[in-house]
Amino acid sequence: MTGYLIQRVLLMIPTFIGITLIGFFIMRLAPGDPAELRASGGLGAAAGGGISTEKRGAVDEAMAQWRAQYGLDKPLYVQYAIWMKNLATLSFGESFKDNQSVWTKITERVPVTVKLNLWSILVVYLVAIPLGIYSATHANSLGDKVTTLAAFVLFAVPLVWAATMAIVFICGGDFYYLFPPGGLESLDFSENWSIWKKFKDHAWHLFLPVVLLSYDGFAGLSRYMRASMLEVLRQDYVQVARAKGLQETIVILKHVLRNSLIPQVTLLASILPGLIGGSVIIETVFSIPGLGQLGFESVLARDYPTVLALFTVSAVLTLIGILLSDLLLAAVDPRIVFGRRQQ
Amino acid sequence: MSAMQLSPAAVEEVGVADAGASEGLWLDVWKRFTRNPIALSGFYVVCFLAFMALFADFLANDKPYYLQYRGKTYFPIYRSYLVGAKLAQWQAELLNVDFKKLDGTKIFPPIPYRPSTINLLEPLEPPSAKHWFGTDKLGRDVMAGMIHGSRISLSIGFVAVGIAVVIGVVLGAIAGYFGSWVDLVISRLFEVMLSIPTFFLLITVAALLPPSIFLTMTIIGMTGWVGIARFTRNEFLRIRTQDYVTSAIALGVTDRKVMFKHILPNALAPVIVSVVLGIAGAILVESSLSFLGIGVPAELVTWGSILHEASTTTFAWWLAVFPGFAIFITVLAYYLVGEGLREVLDPRLRGLR
Repeated sequence: MTGYLIQRVLLMIPTFIGITLIGFFIMRLAPGDPAELRASGGLGAAAGGGISTEKRGAVDEAMAQWRAQYGLDKPLYVQYAIWMKNLATLSFGESFKDNQSVWTKITERVPVTVKLNLWSILVVYLVAIPLGIYSATHANSLGDKVTTLAAFVLFAVPLVWAATMAIVFICGGDFYYLFPPGGLESLDFSENWSIWKKFKDHAWHLFLPVVLLSYDGFAGLSRYMRASMLEVLRQDYVQVARAKGLQETIVILKHVLRNSLIPQVTLLASILPGLIGGSVIIETVFSIPGLGQLGFESVLARDYPTVLALFTVSAVLTLIGILLSDLLLAAVDPRIVFGRRQQ
Repeated sequence: MSAMQLSPAAVEEVGVADAGASEGLWLDVWKRFTRNPIALSGFYVVCFLAFMALFADFLANDKPYYLQYRGKTYFPIYRSYLVGAKLAQWQAELLNVDFKKLDGTKIFPPIPYRPSTINLLEPLEPPSAKHWFGTDKLGRDVMAGMIHGSRISLSIGFVAVGIAVVIGVVLGAIAGYFGSWVDLVISRLFEVMLSIPTFFLLITVAALLPPSIFLTMTIIGMTGWVGIARFTRNEFLRIRTQDYVTSAIALGVTDRKVMFKHILPNALAPVIVSVVLGIAGAILVESSLSFLGIGVPAELVTWGSILHEASTTTFAWWLAVFPGFAIFITVLAYYLVGEGLREVLDPRLRGLR
């Protein structure tokens, strides 16, 4: 087991370097100079509009100074090396946008996104597992067919459509005001509220984002759950359990469920990237101040340090997720051999 | 996979019987596919969308099919193709005219607007007989925008998934065929692509590059090949050990020929399924990007960009309902076709459902 762990971690190193290389060079090779962009926002606003050459010179000088300040004038590989060195000490530099520390900006927003995603993961499993159990134990019945079809259709619903429909129809847009159109707490939220009132307010705000983030996860996972239940149900030991007179509920919930849950745990790694992508859309639509919204805003502002940091942080989180689920699988399933990690 | 595509020498190599058998397989696949009504209905929807995309100019256009004006007969829509191909020029009397204001006999398409026809007198009109799906903020007809928007969902299938297939099949084939350290290195690359927050990478690149729908599709293709590559690799790993491959190698057939003429045709089944599902995925990603307003030129109307307007405009439910439903139906149709193909192509799945 220890050998396996060491091998997995060693193999993660080239993967991690690959991720940083892709992230860094895509950001730097893409057209669009951050200095130019910054200048056009402030001092250079009139630069294109026919200002005198001296003023243009001043703008250029300011831009050169600024490039030097952020090390943008050095060759790319030097910039990469510096960035990697800083990465090792978790210093992601300062945001181009407001000169705040990127690390502070990220850590400020982590709790919101983590809260949103943890709730979503919880909902995914809480809905998918009972649905899968029901489908598998009632295989090919009308109920099973309806859930299968529903999951299939739900899986095809575009997140952007679901979110827009929610905003337009039930978030006070044009029709009903059942849920708030954005934010995480009411405008009149105060610390003096009772715990119950605070909880209700949070739940009211989180409900839609969580449902929207999780529906395609539980639609997909319930299918996997069904398939793995069906596979376990065919095993001999299930027959034995039934033959020795155990109640069907116990056979299902104790003997079958345990073994069919194993593959579901590892699927967590595969839904993580989807959740990160979904966070960008949901946090933007519902103006939730989380990592997704920060990412989207930073991309639009070409805030390279922030974008790169977010990119790296979410890639590392996904890597850790994959590693954890691999180890979990190896721990419960002795058949797993190194190098044969396939779905 | 027909013998027609192979040179005579290659036919000898593959063996006539082999070529014949593979042709029979695809006919058989098609026959069994058509027996599944749900998958077939998905296929019809895809055909319908392709038809709509192909004939968008004839379904929604501000030019008439046929015009009788001052004693002369014109066919402006056909003419616009010739003008587009630089084979002809507009008649002087038709240059920059509003065809609706000309008097004379005219036959217009069912939707007499282009997606770019701005009419500031009719902003945000609800659905009516005049504008079936209403109008947007600039008075552009939503139905016309949706018809022409179907071109984007169709071309994604060709551009994005085409790129993904080429990268995925080549990398997967190399990894699965050569195995050992080659496989190890390429598998690291798969892992990199799987751990990268792809959607975030996409919005970053799309936002940095100048807005262009074809660039966006290219990026979607370049980030979306991992699934196809892994399927190809697994199939190659499996087939690589079969006797006919060993004997082909023993006969001195070059690696490239073994990979692409002997193994690939037998590895196609799962790859095709992942390609069809990949189209659905690419359409979803594109709609999310244009929903966020990234990678699409401002004047281009896509299903996602109408949805974007819906989320920022109040009292315009039609902007949300119709384009979103179009994306949903398209994605569902590709899923249904993909599932149907999976069932007929993968004998291991038979009887499971």
